[in-house]
Amino acid sequence: MSSLKTQQPAGECRILYNGRVSKDRKGKGSSTEAAPKTHRMVKTKTLLTILVMVVCGPLGNVLLGRGMKQVGAIQFWPLTHLFSSAVRTFTTVSIWMGIGSLIAFFVAYMLALSWADYSWVQPASSLAYGVAALLGYFLLGERVSPLRWLGIAVICLGVFVVGHTNPSTTDPETAESG
Amino acid sequence: MLFSIIVVAGTAGELCVSRAMKHVGGATGFHPAQIFRVVWKGLLQPWLWAGISLMALAFFALLGALSLYNVSFVVPVTALTYIVGALGGAIFLREHVDFWRWLGVLLVAVGVTLVILGKG
Repeated sequence: MSSLKTQQPAGECRILYNGRVSKDRKGKGSSTEAAPKTHRMVKTKTLLTILVMVVCGPLGNVLLGRGMKQVGAIQFWPLTHLFSSAVRTFTTVSIWMGIGSLIAFFVAYMLALSWADYSWVQPASSLAYGVAALLGYFLLGERVSPLRWLGIAVICLGVFVVGHTNPSTTDPETAESG
Repeated sequence: MLFSIIVVAGTAGELCVSRAMKHVGGATGFHPAQIFRVVWKGLLQPWLWAGISLMALAFFALLGALSLYNVSFVVPVTALTYIVGALGGAIFLREHVDFWRWLGVLLVAVGVTLVILGKG
């Protein structure tokens, strides 16, 4: 990390951390010098959005699940019952918190994909399985089987391996190869 | 049939969303206005809506499959989406998927299988 830092002047870092990468991109010539720094910044940004994704995704599902349990089984017929079910659904606080959480998830997903590879974001977002298990274990008091913990460990290992590759290989500015 | 819908439509949907967001271009920061601008531009992309429709289709196919078959049979299939996804990223989005990324994706697929098998 520190070796990368010494490769470029401090001014360059500040420009990139202010987030004016696209402006920098249009400018001439700085690409070879800025590449490692931009690469690292893309990784930081992507990790941040993936953090939002893996927390908000499972949380949204848990909240929706809890909300629907409060609402109870939905009756489709007669229509008055369906209507009252709908009213109960959309007046439940948990439902709205779940919807908000899932919207936050999708916004983070869109943002991550706007600058990072799909083949990087997709495996990394599978950390959500681990978060879901932790949420279930700590919030809902669920029992998590050893096989499930093993699976989570394997996922984390896989994400660790993927995480060490360049998150953005299609952008000519940040791509190291290909 | 259901399984191919789950894997193909799910992956294709996510690839479409990815393509839409690539087209929009990277958000330049985390300022709410910038986030809103990128999301709004994304929502105007036809690819995004194609992607969301395909993902919804895959979701209903998954529900259908779960109602017909055992979870232990359905799950390894959904883990396959990680492998198909990496393949799709490499072919359709021209992403550079090297040996390490393949290895990681493979590990994630194995891990996801174990997690959902361990649920029962």
